[in-house]
Formats: sequence, structure tokens, C-alpha cells
Amino acid sequence: MNNQRSFFFNVDWVTVFIYLALCTIGWFNIHSAVFDERHPGILDFKTDYSKQLLYILISLVIGIVILLLESRFITALAPAFYGITLLLLLLVLVVGRSVGGNAAWISLGGGFKLQPSEFAKFTTCLLLARYLSATNVRITEWRSFLTAGAIIGVPMVLILLQPDMGSTLVFYSLIFVLYREGLSPYFLVISALFIILFLTSILFTPLYVVAAISVLSLLIIALFRKNRRLVVTILTGLVICIAFVFSVKFIYNHVLQPHQKVRIDIVLGIKNDPRGQGYNVNQSKIAIGSGKFWGKGYLHGTQTKYSFVPAQSTDFIFCTVGEEWGFVGSVVVLGLYLFLVLRIIFLAERQRSPFSRIYGYGVASIIFFHVMINIATTIGLAPVIGIPLPMISYGGSSLLNFTMLIFVLVKLDSNRMGIV
Amino acid sequence: MNSFFERRYVITGIFLTIIIVLLARLFYIQVIDPRYAIYASNNVRREIIHNPARGPILDRNGKILVQNVPFYDIMVTPKLVKPFDTVEFCKLLGINREEFDKQWQKAMKYSPTRSSPFEKQISVTTFASLQERLSEFPGFYSTPRYLRTYPDSVAAQFLGYIGEAQDRDIKRSGGYYHSGDYIGITGVEKSYETVLRGQRGVENLMVDSRGKPKGRYANGMFDTAAVAGQRLTSSLDIDIQKLGEKLMKNKLGSIVAIEPSTGEILCYVSSPTYDPNLMVGRERGNNAAKIYKNPFDPFFIRPIQAKYPPGSSFKPLSALIALQEGIIDPNTTYYCPGYYKAGNRKIPCNNGEAHGLVNLSSAVALSCNGYFSMVFQKIMDRNGGKKTDATFASWRDNVEKFGLGGRLGLDMPGESRGNVPTPLHYDNVYKKGGWRSSTIISLAIGQGELLATPLQLANLECTIANEGYYYKPHLIKAIGEQNIIKKEYTVRNYVGIDSQYFQPVINGMQAVVDKGTAIRSKIPGIVMCGKTGTAQNPHGESHSVFVAFAPRDHPKIAIAVVVENSGEGAHWAAPIASFIVEKYLKGSISQRESGITVDYYANATRLPDSATYLHSNSFNRRKALKADSIKKRLQDSVNKKLKGLKSTSAKNKKDSLTRFLAAQPIRKEDE
Repeated sequence: MNNQRSFFFNVDWVTVFIYLALCTIGWFNIHSAVFDERHPGILDFKTDYSKQLLYILISLVIGIVILLLESRFITALAPAFYGITLLLLLLVLVVGRSVGGNAAWISLGGGFKLQPSEFAKFTTCLLLARYLSATNVRITEWRSFLTAGAIIGVPMVLILLQPDMGSTLVFYSLIFVLYREGLSPYFLVISALFIILFLTSILFTPLYVVAAISVLSLLIIALFRKNRRLVVTILTGLVICIAFVFSVKFIYNHVLQPHQKVRIDIVLGIKNDPRGQGYNVNQSKIAIGSGKFWGKGYLHGTQTKYSFVPAQSTDFIFCTVGEEWGFVGSVVVLGLYLFLVLRIIFLAERQRSPFSRIYGYGVASIIFFHVMINIATTIGLAPVIGIPLPMISYGGSSLLNFTMLIFVLVKLDSNRMGIV
Repeated sequence: MNSFFERRYVITGIFLTIIIVLLARLFYIQVIDPRYAIYASNNVRREIIHNPARGPILDRNGKILVQNVPFYDIMVTPKLVKPFDTVEFCKLLGINREEFDKQWQKAMKYSPTRSSPFEKQISVTTFASLQERLSEFPGFYSTPRYLRTYPDSVAAQFLGYIGEAQDRDIKRSGGYYHSGDYIGITGVEKSYETVLRGQRGVENLMVDSRGKPKGRYANGMFDTAAVAGQRLTSSLDIDIQKLGEKLMKNKLGSIVAIEPSTGEILCYVSSPTYDPNLMVGRERGNNAAKIYKNPFDPFFIRPIQAKYPPGSSFKPLSALIALQEGIIDPNTTYYCPGYYKAGNRKIPCNNGEAHGLVNLSSAVALSCNGYFSMVFQKIMDRNGGKKTDATFASWRDNVEKFGLGGRLGLDMPGESRGNVPTPLHYDNVYKKGGWRSSTIISLAIGQGELLATPLQLANLECTIANEGYYYKPHLIKAIGEQNIIKKEYTVRNYVGIDSQYFQPVINGMQAVVDKGTAIRSKIPGIVMCGKTGTAQNPHGESHSVFVAFAPRDHPKIAIAVVVENSGEGAHWAAPIASFIVEKYLKGSISQRESGITVDYYANATRLPDSATYLHSNSFNRRKALKADSIKKRLQDSVNKKLKGLKSTSAKNKKDSLTRFLAAQPIRKEDE
């Protein structure tokens, strides 16, 4: 097959179309969120929507460039990309500190900034795919598991140092990739269990939680007392759980920053502070809720337009969707995301090369995690951790990251018959 | 293919579940829960209230008693304020830094994003220098307020005043009033509040999160226009009102003049009075405190709240009831030896003067205590001594028909009932069956427990002038441009005395002025019928009382004048009344044969010693005790002031008891 002539025919246009649809929706919502009748300039590169237009164009160019690249080139350079990202993450810690502001950005001049943590998602994904696709690697083996963990863990730690809790948590979504590649399902179950334990320990007195899990464990032991191994496992688990429950309070009170604590408290309903810490989420819920079924119409959202909702073109962009396009708009946007993620899984599964498959799952997991946390935050189901809504939120680094994530997959997919 | 292929379904399942949870939550807050839409409109909608101009109040000839004048409130929305020169700002406003900080904190506490008053009631002159500079202070803006102004500074107690609505008013109005709205607090301003206030206009604006206006809400669909308050035409004649206030200067007491053919109150003087303009503007609180500290209490509405024994001015009424009951006829005579002997009590005539043989008319003219005591005893004893209480009860009913002992229903709050004792009252004092006509003989000459307000006395004169009926006295004769007249003011209230019985009494009253006690107050060319009275005052010199109507044929004015602590009615009250009557009927005051002049009476001072006055009046005693906290009280809550007025009338009940007890020894001395 002649690659040069056919790759545009092998491109999965469905994915590209959803990508473009989301970018367009994003641009119109950013436009609406910050639109000011007195300064309507779309091409002066001063307003968010005018800059976003530029970012979209740049992203499309980069997307096309990726499609024109050799697939081999991408795999081969994965470690280099990863290394550069780590260097940038280290640099951000230095430069960020010297600037004294938010440590997540490197200034590029002219009001444009680079956010290395966004690119780290892409490069980590690439390197993870490359490592796991090696023939001698078995994720069920401890060695492999730990190496994979290190690939994910290093950027996580560096980003956590910025400190950017949201982006750090995004990397945890790669557990779905490991699971797909053979990681024991217990990891998923244990992850879920620890999240539940974490939340219940904050909500209730640790002693009650410990009592509850102890009773539960004893019941299971009583039922399966003939199975020695199970009893031992459960008892070990119980001890770990108890240790975890008691350490939660400590982590919660001493490791987490006060604002993070409050944000968790607000989601759990422990605290109600609509004028202070809870202002964002409260106003965000008001904006989305007031959209009703059909929404208020384009440029007619009062809550977002009159700046009741903070960060309205970035992390809270979904408010504009909810307010101006109503429940119908919310369903369309969530539907598009679901479709995109399912399509990516579909693409991943049809790959012959493990690299492409693993990478595809990485892309799906990262996009899905962003969507889930971002929207859950705007409707008060998750604490505010500040991660963008893929392709819709304002922000060049974020858009570029998702563009590269998606277009590399599309490129790999267009080449799926070849050998990488 | 990979051995873990089926795991894609687990992952897909997890993703699907989470998306469904998110959609369910979105469905709940967007479609099911209606609260968010309400919160959103609360966020963005601001009501701008347009206060309508309050209705003006005119006198009976269309002259202005009170109208509106614009004042300015400086408002602030703290979030919109940018750093500015506070020193300069304070200077422009005429406040100091402390006040500034206080106001700022108040505004912040109210709301950082909603506007609230920063400094209120700034006069046009102060505002002139501030206006052009105000744009230098973003976040601050001015809003006009219509307040009251009184071109002639008269009729303060009649008009009353307005002030900010208190929590209680707001609650009672069912949300009509908002904090900072003005409301009538006393006088006509209070009783005609709903007519005067007009209809508030509302403009709905959209604001952003900092409270900055962004345009009209829903294209003005919910906006309403302000409707100005209606004008009131009062019954007052500003010329005689001014004359009355001039004459009563430095005296305590009242003048009430009523047009008998309508019940319209022509003159309503309460002295001491105050300049109603003092109750407007930024100094209002301080001024009010000063007025409140005055020992003679200018806020006390004497025409309707002060109660006096009517004294001899009661005698015509006494005679009329006896005539109607057939106890006497106009020719009934009595030989006056200078006193009347009731049982073993002696009722002396004025100065012990022996009047000799008197008939009804001459008894009225000479104010013969003996004659009226005789008549009273005849009435009380007609059914025998054992039935005194029943006879007294029916006599009392007759007296009450004249409007004594009850409220006349004046269109102004705070009216007192006066007092006509009940049989039960005497039962309590003397035990049942233990009192006879001789026990209560003081009532015959308007003393004892009888108490009447100046309004009641003037109304009594209206009834005599009309020969048997009166119209409900009222202060506002017509409402609005259409001059609507309340129906209740067109109804004649008959008092149950046939008109034929009035002439002999009126003859006597004419004689009082023509050749009797009030001869010095005779008006050239006008036949005035009157009756002097000297109301006993247990705390000092008697109150000078004079009641009259004029002219005799087709009376146009009925009047009651009380000058406290001034002795005989003829000396002070009668001349003052005559000037008012003449001014009203002729428009000017002519040279008097007796040589009395307006200037003499206007310049005379009849104020009692304020120290003894303080102790002799229970309502003032209450005031003296609380003098320190008064200023605060006034500023905090004008409502409390209202309450105060109510308790004043309650205290007056006690006051009547003190008067009664004080009257007891007199009776015993007589025995």
C-alpha cells in the first residue's frame, strides 16, 4: 500500500469530525462567555475567543503535520519526548518559583504561555505504550508493573510539586490502560475501595468506619472460614484498611492544603459556604441549573456573561453550555464525548500492534477522566481541582495536548495495516 | 488478539455508567429542580425603586401647607468603589473620618454588591458642590428623595411628620415598605398615608457579579411607573392658623375652630409648637431630641390629647339637657344668695357674688353656679334619691351624645376620649347606693371628674350653633384633584335636643359677650355667643377656657380656646378667641372698644415654672426620667415615639384620677 497517497483515505474521519465539532462548540462557548459588545474583535488576539481561534488553527496545522509524519518516528522518539517533558516540568518548578506566580506555566512572551503538564499527559502515554508493548514485558510481573508505575509516577510527582493536584490525578486514569493490558482487576476494586474509605473516613468518625469494615470482614470470614487463604487475605486487607482509615485523617488535616480540604468538604456537604470557598461551585450550579431544558440561547446566558461564574472560559466553560444550551446542550456535549471515547476504544481494539492499542486506551482514559472530573465539578459532584474540558475549555496548551493525543492515534490507526 | 480482549467491555461499562450518572445529575438540576432559575434571576436582577412625590397638603383656600423638596441620598455599591481621596470625599459630604468608616462598614455588611445609602438627606445646597465631583468617586451615586417642606412653618401637630419606616411598619405593610422608605408617623401624614404616598415605581435592571448595571431586565416587562401621591385639601385656614399660633406663643394650650355647617376644622393650634421644618434633613434627629426635651412637650397634641375640666363652658349643655327632659323651662328662676346648698354642702358662686333672682338666660350670662346646681339636683332627684344611679346613667347618655367622653373620630391618630364618669365609678368610690345628687353636684358646673378635650369643647359649640346636631369634625376636607369628600363627613349627628330649646341658652351666651364676663372681647359688628370657663387645675393656677360661636345667625365658626395656668376664661381665652373669630369673619382685626390688641396677647408669656410643670404632669414626668435616652430613641425608632404617645393617653387616665383625688378635699371643705 502506498502510504504517501492513501493515508488521507485511511484516516478515521469520524474521530476527526467529533474532534472538530468539539473545538467549534468550544470556540462558540468561549465567545459567549467573554463576549463584550464594546470590544467584539475576533482577530485582535486580545480576547480569549480570538486567541482560541489562533490555537485551533495551530492545532489543526500540527494535526496535519502529525498525519504526515512516519509512525515509526513517533514510536522511536517517545523516550525523547518523555525526557524533554520531564526537563520542562523541572524547569517549570524553577522558573515558576522565580516568577512567584502560578508555577504551572512557562511564559513564551506576548501573553502566551506554555503548560508542560499538559504535554506530559501525551508523552507519558506514548512512553507507557512503548514500554508495555515490548515483547518481554508482562504487567502481571512485579518488575514490569513497577517500571510502568515509575513511567506514570515521575511526572505525577513533578506536577504535584507545582502543585497541581488536578493534573496529577489525571495520570491515575492510566490505570485503565494497565487493567486492559492484564493488571489484576483487584487494583480497580482496591482503588474504588480506597476512594470510598477515604470519603467515609472524612464524613464519619474513623472509629465507626473501622467498626463497620471489621464487622463486614468478620462476616465474610465466618462465611468462608474453610478457605484458609481467603481468611488470611481478608485479615491482611482489614489491617491495611484500618491503617488507611486512621491515616486519612492525618493526610486530610496535615498533607492537603486548606483550600483543598474545604473543596472536599463542600462536595461532601460538610461545609456550606456559597459566598466564600463554595462560591464557584454554587454559582456554577446556578448557571447550569438556570438553563432549564432548552437553555437561554446563544449569548443570552446572564450568569456566565455577567461574570458570576469565575474561570468561565477555562475550567467552568461547561456552565456556558449548561446555561445557554440547557439540558439539550449538555446531552449533546456529553454524548459527543462518550461517542469520541467509545470510538477511540474501538480504534484501539482494531489495531494489530500492541503499541497502538495501548496508546489508544491511554488517550481514551485521559480524555474520559478530564470530562468526568470537569463536569462533575461544575455540578457539584466532585471537588474543584481545576482541569480543563477537552477541546472546549480555553487554553492553547490543553488544546494542543488533546490534538496531539488524538491525531497521533488517528495517524497510527491510518497505518494499522503496516508494522510499527 | 490479546487475551484480555473482553476487558474493553468492563472499561466501556464503567465509562457509560459514569456518563449516565452525570446526565442524571444534570437532568435533576436543569429540568427538575426549579430553585436554580430563581437563584439566577436573584443574582442578576436588581429592583430600582422610583419613589413618587408625596402628595402636597393645602389649606382650605389652596395655599400650600406642606410640599415636597428634593433631598439627595448618596448611595454606595462597595464592590464598584475604586481607591479614592477619602479626605476630600469626607469634606464634600461634610462628615468626619469616623462617620465615614462607620457608614462604610454598614454598607459592606448590608452587601458588597448591592447599593445601600451611605449618607442620607443631603440638602440641595450641599449637594450642589458635591454633584459635579461625584463622578470622581466610582461606586458612589446620588438618588433624589422627596422630603417635606413647610413654607409657613405652621400646623406642625396637625400635619405631623414623616420618617423612615421601621421593621414593624415594614412587617405590617406586608412588604410594601422597604427599609429606608418614608412613612407618615404622626398627624395627617400618618392617617392619610395611603393617599399621600402614591404608588412606587419599579425598574428592573440586570447587573453583573459586581453589581454594575448591564441593561434592562426582560426588556422592562416587569417595570412599573411611579404614580405621584394625591393632594389633600385640608379644612385649615392658614391665615387664622398663623394668627392663632402667634397669639398662643409662650403660652400652653389649644385653639380649635370648626365650621359648624360642615365640621371642617379651621384652626388647630397646639402650643407650644415647633417648626415642622426641623423634622426634615440631616439634623432631624438632633432637632427632634431638642423638641422632646422641652418640658412643655411640643409633640403633645393638646387639641385632642389634653383633657381639662370644662368648667362653666359646660353649663349650656347642662341647661339643654334639663330643658329637653322638661325639668325646667326658660322661665324657671332661682334666687341666688351667692351659693347653692345641696344637702349639707355649699356650692359658692364666683367670688361669692349673690346674683339674686336669675332665670335661665341670665344664669348662663352670669355663670351662676347656684342656678345650675339647682337644675342638676332637680334632674338627679326626679326619680327619688334611691334611683340616683339610674337617673345619672340616663343623664350621662345625654351628655355622651354631644361627643363628650368618647372619641369623635378625628382623621388623625392619638385622640383622647376625655372623661364622663360612669355610675360604676361612683359605686367604686362611695360603694353602691352610697352616693346622691349632692355627692356629685360638682358635675353641674363642669367640675369633678368631667374632662374634655378642646376638640370636644369646640364640637359642643358647633352643636349649639347648629341647634341640635354636629358634623364629624375633620381636618381634610377633600382628597385628590377630584376633591373627593368622605361620606361620613356629610352626615348630621343629632344629639337628642329639640332645636326649640336652644334659643334661651343662646340668648344667655350672647349676653356673656354683650354684657357679661366676656364683654372685653366683644367684636364690633359681630354678634358672638360664648361662654367663659375657669377649669380647676389641682397643680397650679386654673386654666382659662372660652368657647363661642359666631355670628349668632348662620354661624360660620365655632371655637374653643384653652390657655393653661392663666386663670379666668375672660382674661386670656376669650380675647384670643375673639381675634380668631374676627379675623376669620372679617379678614382683619378692628379697633376694640375695650382696647385689647393682638400684639399684647401675642407678646404675653403665660408659661408656668417648668420645674413645677414637670412634676405636675405625669406624661412629662415620664419624659424627664428618660430625657437622656431620648435622642437615641428618636433616631432609632420613631415608632417608639408613637408608642409613647399611646402611653401618654394611658398616663392621662391616671392623670384624671389625680385630678379627681385632688378635687376630693375641695368637696370636704364644702361640707
